[in-house]
Amino acid sequence: MSGIFKSSLGKKYLMAGTGVVLLSFVVGHLIGNLQVFGPPELINRYAYFLHSKPALLWSARIGLLAALVIHVSTAARLTMENRAARPIGYAGGVAFGSTWQSRHMFLSGAVILAFVAYHLAHFTWRLPAVNGLGDFTKLQTVLDGKTVPDVYGMMILGFQVWWVVLLYLIAQVLLLAHLSHGIASAFFSLGLRNHVWAPHLQRAGLALSVALFLGFVSIPAAIFTRVIGADYAEKTRMELRAATQFEAALVRGKEAR
Amino acid sequence: MKIKLKVWRQKNRDTPGQFKTYDSPELNEHMSFLEMLDVINEDLANKGEEPIAFDHDCREGICGTCSCVINGKPHGPNRGVATCQTYMRSFKDGDTIVVEPWRAKAFPIIKDLVVDRTAFDRIQHAGGYISVRTGAAPDANAILVPKKDADLAMDAAQCIGCGACVAACKNASAMLFVAAKVSHLGLLPQGQPEREKRVLAMVKQMDEEGFGACTATGSCQAVCPKEISIAFIARMNHDYGKALLKGDPHAAPGQAG
Repeated sequence: MSGIFKSSLGKKYLMAGTGVVLLSFVVGHLIGNLQVFGPPELINRYAYFLHSKPALLWSARIGLLAALVIHVSTAARLTMENRAARPIGYAGGVAFGSTWQSRHMFLSGAVILAFVAYHLAHFTWRLPAVNGLGDFTKLQTVLDGKTVPDVYGMMILGFQVWWVVLLYLIAQVLLLAHLSHGIASAFFSLGLRNHVWAPHLQRAGLALSVALFLGFVSIPAAIFTRVIGADYAEKTRMELRAATQFEAALVRGKEAR
Repeated sequence: MKIKLKVWRQKNRDTPGQFKTYDSPELNEHMSFLEMLDVINEDLANKGEEPIAFDHDCREGICGTCSCVINGKPHGPNRGVATCQTYMRSFKDGDTIVVEPWRAKAFPIIKDLVVDRTAFDRIQHAGGYISVRTGAAPDANAILVPKKDADLAMDAAQCIGCGACVAACKNASAMLFVAAKVSHLGLLPQGQPEREKRVLAMVKQMDEEGFGACTATGSCQAVCPKEISIAFIARMNHDYGKALLKGDPHAAPGQAG
């Protein structure tokens, strides 16, 4: 069984298996996020529900983190071994009969990894330095009589910043490239395809990656073009400014004293 | 017609090589690529220069000995043929043609365009065989083989072991070769007794030789002179996974766990 971690084929099983786990998260994440097209209470209630079940939330997070660590570390090992297998390259010509996506899985993966780090800092850890606006932890709303984080307001406000939208777009283009090769390839690596299934898997993989791309891009696009939440954003922006200014005033007051 | 030949010259394994450009004498467009090299070599010999070393044997596309990367593509511009079946009419008068050896750590250069492909022999020795009773020839139809299985096995058995798949792969991976050898025996009843042992042993040897892993780019099948499909790699991935999960049922009781 140690062949799974040592052999070239085994490492591809690891890539495929963890890739499927990460893909299932990406699908679930999109379905959750699309609730932003509903009333503010919808996604806020969903976010509150997730955070009110810490055991479930952390099981999922630890599972995903483990899958991510295996996926990334195995990719790094494979890339190093693959490069070592050809110490001297060719003078001319690119790899014949292959797509750009298939030849640049490590590059697209590296950009997606960097984006995941940014995305966590942006909306999960809510670091004020990376959103171009202010302290998102100050955004609160009242839901069913309880004060909860205003996720809707955070998204509506966050995607009105042009360079944030641009970063998200770049990441989505590379995710599209990564998945358009990766989904069908996972079945290939696991040996779960034959000549009957191969063309269907290729098409289904491409269709799913395009659907995910359109779904994810629709959110910042709709918000940036003010199709959704424009009024709510103005209200939230004022609340955020007021909260930030109130804090600044407190600090100034303390300093004055 | 006349061409310029930019060719890799390397004295031996330990001496670094470089490209040299030669002007060809008058050529006939119906010459094969190897005959063109013969003419240039004759010219070089007449001038007292060292002829270009290149591999060749049957010159009819069935032995798998010829091995040139021509303008970045193993076996030249056409599909489904070896270098010996590539004719000068595929090029234009006055073209500069770049000729390089197979590039892979597992295929060290012996001289100029000649590489050491004994790594393939060692992979074959590891498991590319079946155990049969020697003696009188058995009746041809004693073991019935379904026609479809026989056809598929023949598709895999067409592999001539030239190594173009390794030369084309961005990872210098030998998967297509190994998959063809694993599959052509694994598809037939005579190959069943050693099916799992075979795939484990051949993949192990392949990894030890320093070939890369598979990224499923499809370059290998695009350059294969026998047009062997990467579907065989998926088949090998399936066989290997099954063998890995089962383990060795004949291991010593102490080791069986």
